[in-house]
Amino acid sequence: MFKEVNHSRLKVDGLSLAAGKALFVDDMDFRELLIVKFMKSPHAHAEILSIDTSAAEAFPGVHAVIHHGNTPRIPHTTAGQGHPEPSPYDTYMFDKKVRYVGDPVAAVAADTAEIALEAIKLIKVEYKELEAVLSIADASKPGVPVIHDEEDSFGIYDREKNLAGHVDVKVGDVEKALADSEFTVEYEIETHYSQHTPIEPHICISYLEEKGRLVIRTSTQVPFHVRRICAKVLEMPEKNIRVVKPRIGGGFGTKQEVYLEYYAGMITKLTGRPAKIELTREEEFISRTRHPMAVKVKLGANGDGMLNAVEMDVISNTGAYGSHALTVMFNAGSKCLPLYGAKNVRFNGSTVYTNLPVAGAYRGYGATQGYACLEQAMDILAEKLKMCPVQLRKINHIKKDETSPIFAALGEGKEGVPQFIKSTALSEIIEWGEEGLNWSDTKPHTEKTGRIRRGKGMAIFMQGSGIPLVDMASASIKINDDGSFNLNVGATDLGTGSDTVLSQIAAEALETTTDNIIIYSSDTDMTPFDVGAYASSTTYISGGAVKVTGEEVLKQIRMVAADMLKCSREEIELKNSIATSKKDGKTKTYGDIAKYALYINNQFQIGYIGSHISPVSPPPFMGVFTEIEVDTWTGKIEIIKYMCGVDCGTAINPKLAEGQVEGAVVNGLSYALTEGYLFNKKGKMMNGSFQDYKIYNIEDVQGLEIKLFSTFEPSGPFGAKSVSEIGINGPIPAIANALYNAVGVRAVRFPMKPEYILELMEK
Amino acid sequence: MDIKVTINGVKKVFNADPGEKLLDLLRREGYKGAKRGCSTGDCGSCAVIINGKLVNSCLIFAGQADGHTITTIEAIGTVNEPHIIQRTFVEEGAVQCGFCTPGMILATKVLLDKEKDPTLTQIREALSGNLCRCTGYVKIENAVIRSAEKMRSE
Repeated sequence: MFKEVNHSRLKVDGLSLAAGKALFVDDMDFRELLIVKFMKSPHAHAEILSIDTSAAEAFPGVHAVIHHGNTPRIPHTTAGQGHPEPSPYDTYMFDKKVRYVGDPVAAVAADTAEIALEAIKLIKVEYKELEAVLSIADASKPGVPVIHDEEDSFGIYDREKNLAGHVDVKVGDVEKALADSEFTVEYEIETHYSQHTPIEPHICISYLEEKGRLVIRTSTQVPFHVRRICAKVLEMPEKNIRVVKPRIGGGFGTKQEVYLEYYAGMITKLTGRPAKIELTREEEFISRTRHPMAVKVKLGANGDGMLNAVEMDVISNTGAYGSHALTVMFNAGSKCLPLYGAKNVRFNGSTVYTNLPVAGAYRGYGATQGYACLEQAMDILAEKLKMCPVQLRKINHIKKDETSPIFAALGEGKEGVPQFIKSTALSEIIEWGEEGLNWSDTKPHTEKTGRIRRGKGMAIFMQGSGIPLVDMASASIKINDDGSFNLNVGATDLGTGSDTVLSQIAAEALETTTDNIIIYSSDTDMTPFDVGAYASSTTYISGGAVKVTGEEVLKQIRMVAADMLKCSREEIELKNSIATSKKDGKTKTYGDIAKYALYINNQFQIGYIGSHISPVSPPPFMGVFTEIEVDTWTGKIEIIKYMCGVDCGTAINPKLAEGQVEGAVVNGLSYALTEGYLFNKKGKMMNGSFQDYKIYNIEDVQGLEIKLFSTFEPSGPFGAKSVSEIGINGPIPAIANALYNAVGVRAVRFPMKPEYILELMEK
Repeated sequence: MDIKVTINGVKKVFNADPGEKLLDLLRREGYKGAKRGCSTGDCGSCAVIINGKLVNSCLIFAGQADGHTITTIEAIGTVNEPHIIQRTFVEEGAVQCGFCTPGMILATKVLLDKEKDPTLTQIREALSGNLCRCTGYVKIENAVIRSAEKMRSE
């Protein structure tokens, strides 16, 4: 059916990356480059009474020292979201107060990193330590210290209660429905801190170009938001800033944050010299993290298993600043609750400040935390009903042409939009998993004995594809002399393969081949606008922009071809870069057509800039079926089989789409089983290295079986939906359900490390 | 101090500070394929081959390379003339962001130079020092298996 999309074309930058060539931020050399290092707060919560930087400034090789006393005080959010960002403006370049261990106190720019670090030791800071808030439970207790007591921040829901955001949405009457239900479940968990750990840590280099404008070359998912937020914080017009995104070494959400670029820009503004900030791995761990959440789910059902009521209470911990505070918490509800068709639904969410590392966007974006509880609660309900957990999902999950009132009630930080499911393979996925794991043979934990016990678990999921009516993307396409095309997109390939996927979409729309597309992404001077790579939006939203742009360019090609071949436009057939007149069979290549338009007659540039937004956010769906082994002597969980079926609509590039799922699943397994932060009593993260914070390596991966299920989403480009985030939601609930099936204990804290499993079994 | 090495088949003399790490020297001299992911020898993105062995260049001093033979990703193949391993990594979808890829490919090269037909355990052990956060390793493992097959039939 398709010629270019739905084929695993080679990644367009693949060979360059494999040859070590594709340029990352740090792969260009700059003369007179200054290295910027931060002095960081040793306290979780303190006032800065005085700061003396004179000795540091006098240190040979130091060129600038910046701190709250000599930089603009502009309240902003570091969340790289669309304007106006739905996150509180509670952050400053530097403040008189520090709110977590690691909060920047000053920055030193010097000829070398060593000089900068030596100079930092010479800065004298007098702190007044304040009582710190170090847990979700403590954040809103009466009499707790107020973390954001500054007068000029705004958008905070209730600063006296350390509440960054809050929402309470009700559909129907949940209380009555719960009371009327024959069977009810109440289940509560708390998810944990974790970090994205892109292998390339955050890095940016700023410099002045020949006309004196500030250029910021940065490892970002959101170049246009970087420009807008830096313009605000640096008090510069946006026209004087150019943001360039070269190749990016992974992001997973953490590079949707804008919190380094303006420091580099400030140093370049002050010194006129290029300035580089590169986080160390230890710094990366306290840069941005996943919001830990306390999640409570109540379910009510009748004896037939039909859900009457679903209630979810969430308290999300945003750490010291409210980056994505409201929206991640909203998504725990908006991406989980529509999965089931209860008529009575309530979502009550709060986001609290604590004096712990700052949370932000992270693949899964709240849905991961919500499903960790919801999908365990569904299993508990199934047990109470004496019903197979697979059957309970089958009768309750949302199906084609159905809707949920939650779609309209709950969006991202505000109300959502109503929508109906137009594509889903969830039923097929569930059948595939049920069969593949021999679900009918599943025995309850009470029938299991011996040291090593096996258990099976399953869970189902949905996510979204972009933020409806908010996310906008655009693309520009022009033809070249030889019939090739330049495709310039603001969409941000951060390793995901979007340059390849978008090239394939362009080729399909233009009736040419992918190797005729020269893609460039993304650069605020050179490419049209795109909100950036987040909210699972690129294939769906940016792909939509590329498709409409390609179609407009094709119209122009058709018009010129008709002129050349002396026939009507309707008589022109376009295929494989050739226009054929149906009248006489004469042909012109795209190269002939381009040259004719550029040089011969009625000359003009064949080209177009197209934009796209979507009124809906069609969910991809996923089912996970896993079998594990639990060693009852050590508490260790081994994955025997992890089946994960995903419906992403048309997979534009099946191999790259599979890679997105595999990457998300392994990231999720690592999050579920090994990754976690250790804090000391003063709120300092103690395990900020790959030696002490375990992410999966190749030897840890076993038993994965990933399968894409094809559907056609009518609102997506060539039927596509999103694919990149959903996979990370699976491991916690699916493994926790399998753990219960193996040994009869329920995990409510994470990661599910051996010592914790042993502790649960001993209770 | 002067450091004499044979790098990518060429004899070169580099000037390095006594405390300078080999990774810093290599990047300063234009061998940008060696990446900095952690500076503590845990991620493998800075890996180079020294005398046939895979070494994390962030862990050793530049001076320790004196007199030795270094191979970086730049010598394995180019965009226009890629090595079988490089081409296979791309074909198998084993490259996502590409930041860990040079290290992965060098680790594969060291393995396949020694073992023409490695077992799965040998492959996993050989690549266990190279972290990737994008791929989930499935396609990387496939790429190593396929590379070995192709190199055997050459």
